[in-house]
Amino acid sequence: MATLVHRELSAGAWRFYGPLLVLGGLVAAGFAAFLYMEINGHHVTGMDNQMVWGLPHVFAVFLIVAASGALNVASVASVFGKLEYKPLAPLSGMVSLCVLAGGLAILAADLGRPDRLIVAMTHFNFKSIFALNMFLYSGFFAIVGVYLWFMMERRMSRYSSMAGLAAFIWRIVLTTGTGSIFGFLVAREAYDSALLGPTFVIYSFSYGTALFLIVALAALRWDARALDGAQTARLGRLLAILTAASLYMTAVFHLTKLYVTRYHGIESFLLAEGGIYPLLFWVGQVGLGGVLPLAILYAPRSRGTRAGVLAAAVLVVLGGLAQMYVTIIGAQAWPQPIFPGWQESSRFFDGEIHAYAPSVPELFLALGGVALAAALVAVGVKVLPLLPESCTDSSSPPPTSPPARPR
Amino acid sequence: MKFLAALLAFAAVLVAGLALAAGRTAKPAVVIERPGACVEATEVMRRDHMKLLMHQRDRTMREGIRTKPHSLAGCVECHASRKTGSVLGEQGFCQSCHAYAGVTLDCFECHAAKPRAQAAGAKP
Amino acid sequence: MSGNPRRGFLGTAAAALAGVALAPGIRLIELAGARAPGEPVTAKVRWGMLIDTNQCATGCTDCVTACNRENGLQDTGRPRTDAQWIRKIELKDLNGGRQHSAPVMCQHCAHPPCVDVCPTGASFKRADGIVLVDRHTCIGCRYCVMACPYKARSFVHENLTDQKPDVPRGKGCVEGCTLCVQKIDRGDGITACAEACTKAGHGAITFGDLNDPQSAIAKRLRELPNRALRADLRLDPGVRYAGV
Repeated sequence: MATLVHRELSAGAWRFYGPLLVLGGLVAAGFAAFLYMEINGHHVTGMDNQMVWGLPHVFAVFLIVAASGALNVASVASVFGKLEYKPLAPLSGMVSLCVLAGGLAILAADLGRPDRLIVAMTHFNFKSIFALNMFLYSGFFAIVGVYLWFMMERRMSRYSSMAGLAAFIWRIVLTTGTGSIFGFLVAREAYDSALLGPTFVIYSFSYGTALFLIVALAALRWDARALDGAQTARLGRLLAILTAASLYMTAVFHLTKLYVTRYHGIESFLLAEGGIYPLLFWVGQVGLGGVLPLAILYAPRSRGTRAGVLAAAVLVVLGGLAQMYVTIIGAQAWPQPIFPGWQESSRFFDGEIHAYAPSVPELFLALGGVALAAALVAVGVKVLPLLPESCTDSSSPPPTSPPARPR
Repeated sequence: MKFLAALLAFAAVLVAGLALAAGRTAKPAVVIERPGACVEATEVMRRDHMKLLMHQRDRTMREGIRTKPHSLAGCVECHASRKTGSVLGEQGFCQSCHAYAGVTLDCFECHAAKPRAQAAGAKP
Repeated sequence: MSGNPRRGFLGTAAAALAGVALAPGIRLIELAGARAPGEPVTAKVRWGMLIDTNQCATGCTDCVTACNRENGLQDTGRPRTDAQWIRKIELKDLNGGRQHSAPVMCQHCAHPPCVDVCPTGASFKRADGIVLVDRHTCIGCRYCVMACPYKARSFVHENLTDQKPDVPRGKGCVEGCTLCVQKIDRGDGITACAEACTKAGHGAITFGDLNDPQSAIAKRLRELPNRALRADLRLDPGVRYAGV
């Protein structure tokens, strides 16, 4: 096998700083939104006592789930021995870390008392899956950091499969933990299910691969290169299988809930009568996020093409955001059944569907986190040799390139 | 050698400047309205009041022990300014010292800065 | 049995005296069992409430008004984000249409889901059964609000001023009914809602020590058919309901 060659991003001056400035501007807007919410209190957002987790959480959880899945390409190479993916493995690790950082930044910024982050890191209730997740996130940074190091340093590269295996197992546990944050809640009829942990793991496979695809294609394009046809087709096939798996988990989850009579109310709300939620579920999660990407990835005309694979990846990401919206917001819109069999009404909005409209500060906070993840990736590819030489089209060599370092 | 001399000169100028500026620094307004001693010696309070409060808050929250001497409400009862009725404000007992020291004063985000009687409407 | 018969007589007499009422609801045994001020709470006592919804009139909010006054909850004109520690839920039977009314607050479960999920341990259960939020460690993540089946918790969405000195509460933390812990620890032996309901003559809310078989609440629990809300969840709440 030819030696793998990686190098840093060759785009310089305005070609690099231009996009970075735009991302920086978005991050600044996110920070401004954070300050506004922090100083005035959450009443300036669309969140209230009925909808305590809003748009920022939708984006944050999506980023966190996608982050663990972004490691997929590296895992397929290191753990499952598909060496064709090895050139993209270091970038996969980096994207995974940056996207997780972006997601966690949104969560931390949305806390009621973000000044108490130190408290959160020193006081732990070990029965709380939230607290356990905090350990899993920090451990993820450490393990993937080590994995990246092993992949990129010549004398450590023989240990990279061990690190890859550790990272793979860790991320399965982490994403199961993220899903269980919802799955463990008996209070919400849309949750209360052991399936949510594994479902989030399967979702992470497809969202992470899709997000990684977009980032990789964008980073290479930024470097005035493109992924070669074979690699593109391979990634497209991988994305297709993982998207099909996500559809399967969604189907099993809802079919099971539908079988249980007591959940007929919540299921009918989310899948048929809930207005925005069935729309996002069927058109967003199932249609744009599942059926349409599969059609694009398998149709003979678009199969294996760069445009097709990129379009499918973007659609999967959109479908993932729709899924998170339904999962997080839809679940809160349905009231807790305190007196089953009775119709409830009160001045505290019991017994009625809770309305929610995302507000501008929440949107900027969410986009700020996404921009932070993108900015970190941008700096990462500029500073570290992550972009592969092989598996990319050599027909369009970059304008000014630093000497490539053989590994 | 030259470098050391320059460093010493700089330090001397800095110290002189600080000494001159001392007159313009806002000092904490430690106005003791009530006669009598505090629950602990002044030196102990200056150094350790935050530790005493942190220990007490756990005893109150987790164990339900609300007795003096270290209860925060007790501090406020005694140290609230006669004029404003509060421990906050520019000349407030807690706030002026914390502003001088540059330490965030988090307690009164939640805790009342005014004594019980005042909060109920009675005169201090 | 062997032993001094005089001692035996004195012992029985003392026990009998302890059972004699000194004032309505207060007996020597309660004073003897009452916690000395400097001592930590213990699990000897378990505070609870019995709500007889048959005495709850539709539209009556005496308990809510009393709670808001006692704990300094203010109406900012933004009902969606204002804190609510107790509220009256108007009920209508889906089969038959019978109407009913019940106050709902934190149920002070023996196995509280809010305590399980809190990442910092700020949401905790005191030894005497009162479920509280330690606002010193609360980071405002709202996971407990997601986890509570009774929608008992509120998040403080704005800067607060003029808090009651005995009820500290602030922006960015989560809060809920504290069973008037400041009154309980003072020795009042009753919550604001129960007190108001009793004073107004409705008698819907009884507060007391569930662990004491001679307390008023324990006696009523033996007489009145009662249940926990969402008993299927097996949370063993300290608040029981009769009539619904």
